[in-house]
Amino acid sequence: MISLAGRDILHAWGKFVFTGIGLGLLIGVTLTMAGVYRGMVDDGKVLLDNSGADLWVVQKDTLGPYAESSSVPDDLWRSIRAMPGVAQAANVTYLTMQVGRGDEDVRAMVVGVAAGGPGVPGWPPQLVAGRQITRGHYEAVADAAAGVRLGDVLKIRRNRYTVVGLTRRMVSSAGDPMVFIPLKDAQEAQFLKDNDAILMQRRRTEANPAFNRPAVPDLLDAVIASQTSNSHVNAVLVRLRPGFAPQEVADPIRLWLRLTVYDRAQMEGILVGKLIATSARQIGMFLVILALVSAAIVAFLIYTLTMDKIREIAVLKLIGTRNRTIASMILQQALVLGLIGFVVGKITATFAAPLFPKYVLLVPFDTAMGLLAVMAICVLSSVVAIRVALRVDPAQAIG
Amino acid sequence: MKVPHLQRRTLALVAAIVPLAALFVYVVLRSGPLAPVAVTLDTVRSRAVAPALSGIGTVQVRYIYKIGPTAAGRVRRLDVHVGDMVRASQVLGEMDPVDLDERMRAQQAAIKSAEAGLRQAEARQSYAQSQARRYEQLVSVRATSEENLATRQQELAVADAALAAAREDARRLRSELQALRAQRGNLRLVAPVAGLVAARDADPGTTVVAGQAVIRLMDPASLWVDARFDQISAQGLAAGLPAEVVLRSRHGQPLAARVLRTEPLADAVTEELLAKVVFDALPRPLPPIGELAEVTVRLPPLPEAPTITNAALRTVGGQRGVWKFRDGQLAFAPLRLGRADLDGQVQVQEGLAVGDAVVVYSEGTLGPKSRVHVVERIAGVSP
Repeated sequence: MISLAGRDILHAWGKFVFTGIGLGLLIGVTLTMAGVYRGMVDDGKVLLDNSGADLWVVQKDTLGPYAESSSVPDDLWRSIRAMPGVAQAANVTYLTMQVGRGDEDVRAMVVGVAAGGPGVPGWPPQLVAGRQITRGHYEAVADAAAGVRLGDVLKIRRNRYTVVGLTRRMVSSAGDPMVFIPLKDAQEAQFLKDNDAILMQRRRTEANPAFNRPAVPDLLDAVIASQTSNSHVNAVLVRLRPGFAPQEVADPIRLWLRLTVYDRAQMEGILVGKLIATSARQIGMFLVILALVSAAIVAFLIYTLTMDKIREIAVLKLIGTRNRTIASMILQQALVLGLIGFVVGKITATFAAPLFPKYVLLVPFDTAMGLLAVMAICVLSSVVAIRVALRVDPAQAIG
Repeated sequence: MKVPHLQRRTLALVAAIVPLAALFVYVVLRSGPLAPVAVTLDTVRSRAVAPALSGIGTVQVRYIYKIGPTAAGRVRRLDVHVGDMVRASQVLGEMDPVDLDERMRAQQAAIKSAEAGLRQAEARQSYAQSQARRYEQLVSVRATSEENLATRQQELAVADAALAAAREDARRLRSELQALRAQRGNLRLVAPVAGLVAARDADPGTTVVAGQAVIRLMDPASLWVDARFDQISAQGLAAGLPAEVVLRSRHGQPLAARVLRTEPLADAVTEELLAKVVFDALPRPLPPIGELAEVTVRLPPLPEAPTITNAALRTVGGQRGVWKFRDGQLAFAPLRLGRADLDGQVQVQEGLAVGDAVVVYSEGTLGPKSRVHVVERIAGVSP
């Protein structure tokens, strides 16, 4: 049996393939847009994965440490460590700031990790180059997205950190690369102001008669010392003992230490539901518009392709071809067009994804849904063309 | 032979479609969750590890002398400036004596007056004595009454007492003058030892309270580094170990030093151990007190043992270990770790044997079912 659709495609295959490629680019943009949304969600998830924690203990009634600022004393981890079901508890600080690299600076999330070596919650779970931090000060592990190399020197506040290790996909929920530094340095970095500000504060304190009392000469020094030290961290990361449920451990901490505790599901809810909710809706809106535009364009393309050969269809009708054959020809062409478009779209999206400044994640589920959607749109849009083709008057063939 | 028209077109179509399809298959298999994770491998080697401890500290001096008045007062003059070297017992300055000099002059006048009073009492006493003696002789020849003699004797006793009082009074006044002189001397700020003037906390005219430092003197030979080491990574810190000190202002110039002592009191708040590190040779020029310094303490090398890099360590199910790679299969091996050096080499006490292949770097998180793709270096990472 002769495939009418195949014959027709072969007849003007150049036009057909180029139409398919054009459609593919459009589908590629749509897939990429879905990938941008998935990437945003994934940024949040890797942030949680990389922390290696089962529970996050933060300041009472805050959504910290990622979505809101939170501050807890840095000796609190000892009390949490003593709670039943806690296998490990470690302090951590998060601060998004500009990190100096040579003459320029990059936006990064500086993570202060508690001493104790790899495996302590908060430490980077794996590296792609170099080694983990071994010194208690002035070493850093940075994400390759920050554009750093091993041995580079990063400037955070007034201290310089040597990059000893590189990671990949260690980003904040905003997509900023992470820079891991020892906790004590990070506490200082979080609090330390520039030297001018410190000098000004010292002058103000000196001018305050309550602090600068002639009869108590050491008071001023003590006040200034207490002003320039920081004994707070943003959160305590908790790893559970096997066999303990998160809420079973979280409840006593909430009750007795009067802190807020989140488990993994709640944290994901905060990150996905609150932190990126608006951006996600924005992208969702875009996705809907793009899908509508794609559908309209596919419909228009198939309609035009059909209209181009309306005379041939009239001839087919004239020689007594059945309507079913003509309809299936148009439908097959639409589906092949959609398939070419989808393949081209998937390929362009995959190759374009790494070029984006933020992570673009192409999920197979999205790809499958994309394929189904493209096919559905093609079928729907071919309906219009089929209706026109079936209504054509066979007389046009000779008219 | 002439290629039929249709066949040529079919060939062209195939030439366009086949690469597209091939590319699509490649894309589906090489990206996303179906793609293998790129990993690099390393072999466990037996090697010696020289552990080291890293800490930071500040340059301090063992002896610092805070010199100031023992009573509240005003600084009158200071003869030295910051940076001056001074001798032991050199006068560095003086507090304002206020009325002390006048009181000393008054005291001197009082002493003279007391001395005059003493002479007067002596004259009275010697007269009373001669009178008493004379009346004794007169009574012995019965030329006067017993009563007159008694009167003279009583006068002599009074004069004796007055003389003793005047003498003691003069002595008291002289002692008081000495006390004033001592107080006057105490107003001088004197260097207790030879040293360097580190700070001049008050200038002439400033009123200071008792005990407040006016000049701070330090002994430059007693320079040391007050170092702090995180408790969790300070295993093996002991007196006598060799150390390297890098001053913040002299980056890249490590100075030889050694641990003088570890403090019996640790810092419970910052969770650090404290130690004092002394320089083998004093750096010249002397670093300022309070300068930040990085301290690296070298521990004796350990015997050879299976060693891996700390980049290979992963945590799976709360256990620390590595992914072993054998015959294309991954298996997680929990480890018991020994000491590590500052280059990230960790000795393995249990769980690995020399020659085992372990995953060092990986692009993503691994699982036992992960498909891996062994590479020499993770792509896109500059070495």
